[in-house]
Amino acid sequence: MSAAAIEVSDLRKSYGEVEAVRGVSFDVARGEVFGLLGPNGAGKTTTVEILEGYRRRTGGDVRVLGQDPQDGSRELKERVGIVLQGSGFYPRLTVGEAVAHMAKAYPHPRDPRETIALVGLEPQADTRAGRLSGGQQRRLDLALALVGDPDLVFLDEPTTGFDPAARRGAWDVIRTLRELDKTVLLTTHYLDEAQALADRVAIVKDGRIVAEGPPTELGPASGTYRVSYLSGDRRVEHQTDDPTDLLHRLTGDALARGERLEGIEVARPTLEDVYLELTAEDEPE
Amino acid sequence: MSSAALAWQQFRLERKLFWRNPSAAFFGFVLPMVLLLLLASTVASDPEDLDILIPGIAGMSVMGTTFNSMAYSLTFLREQGILKRLRGTPVPAPAYFAGFLGNAVANAFVQVGLVVLVGHLLYDVTWPRDWFELVVFTIVGVVAFGSLGIALSHFIPNFDSAPAYVNAIFLPAILISGVFYSAESLPASISGVAEALPLKHVIDGFSDAIIDGRGLGHEFGALAVVAAWGAVGLFLAIRGFRWDDER
Repeated sequence: MSAAAIEVSDLRKSYGEVEAVRGVSFDVARGEVFGLLGPNGAGKTTTVEILEGYRRRTGGDVRVLGQDPQDGSRELKERVGIVLQGSGFYPRLTVGEAVAHMAKAYPHPRDPRETIALVGLEPQADTRAGRLSGGQQRRLDLALALVGDPDLVFLDEPTTGFDPAARRGAWDVIRTLRELDKTVLLTTHYLDEAQALADRVAIVKDGRIVAEGPPTELGPASGTYRVSYLSGDRRVEHQTDDPTDLLHRLTGDALARGERLEGIEVARPTLEDVYLELTAEDEPE
Repeated sequence: MSSAALAWQQFRLERKLFWRNPSAAFFGFVLPMVLLLLLASTVASDPEDLDILIPGIAGMSVMGTTFNSMAYSLTFLREQGILKRLRGTPVPAPAYFAGFLGNAVANAFVQVGLVVLVGHLLYDVTWPRDWFELVVFTIVGVVAFGSLGIALSHFIPNFDSAPAYVNAIFLPAILISGVFYSAESLPASISGVAEALPLKHVIDGFSDAIIDGRGLGHEFGALAVVAAWGAVGLFLAIRGFRWDDER
């Protein structure tokens, strides 16, 4: 058995003339939370739906828990939990009934009550799915994906459309998955979400991975530091790849003039800077 | 859990959902009964009229509980992403569809039984003379109309427009196929269309099973037409099937 939960090499997918995924490669280790980050239409969902077995790839190779998802084997589906973008469940079933029904499809399910508690839906256990709020419905999605006690969980844009409180709630659940030693593949277009949850992130643009690594290391790799200070009541900002040299000049000049640099700040590049740099539309190919 | 057990679970779930959906239960069960009682108490109260009306309403019920309900349900399940979700679970597709279709079969049998019962108890129509023929035509009718309903769902763009698509077929079909009056009284051009479609032949089969009792051999031609539609329906239902809403 291989060590990686997911192995993707040179994955390609075309729809007619349009190439949605153009040679994507990455591995996700067991127990890792991996984030695919990118703007809408970058190819994240297509990639994930190939891994989930919903779509057939045009090229490349894919292994999920050692199997090819394209084969659609029941054994693989028993070990994988899927949270899709915006898919519902029977609106006339209660939360409790829905989770208990889905549990029967798996060989070693979690206890349905405990699963409902895990996602924080206990007060709604007897509420029909159709009457849940948007955030509660996504938590039901999560409960339905977890009730089979999967080794690997796919979360496609799990918090899109959530209010801030609901997002924090969902993040807590995803952190719980890590504690349960699940492997998680998460897609998101929220930077803070990737930063808060993922052990490693791949930034996807136009069907390709343009950067990959732990979120804290992706930042410094960019190199654009921001140095700013107050001049009168105006904030002056400089961008530089070499903060040491810039600071030396700025402070040297200030000392020579006998001034102080009020409110000086040096900002390390964040994942956001990397992301915006890499996914900027105006960059020539 | 075995596939058979999962199919049974799905069937029980579908029954539960059916009874929780008042409009489906109404159109499935109450509306045909209301039509039967209204017509039998007013314009079709002669015994000869009732001999036409009872098999007619029974045939209409088979179409309503299968063709209409399959087209509605699948459009809904697809639009809501429920089919796609189920596709991602270990529930085998045959087990799921066995439960899903079993629900429609149960509705069709209950409805045909109710029509026969009401016809006998309230309007002195005979008990069916050939139960076997009645069951055979119900099963073949369910397969034909159910699969055609699934095939139709492939062409329905969204749930809001489903009633328009379904009724554009259902309403003309019941009017020309001899549900309310004998199809023999229709102009040749219209009865020619009805002859080519399955509903008239299901009604002919019911008519023989309930009223005339000449046996399955006598209605073999009707059975063949319905079975042929069943084959076409199954082919179209499987060929065009989509689990999700994307085109």
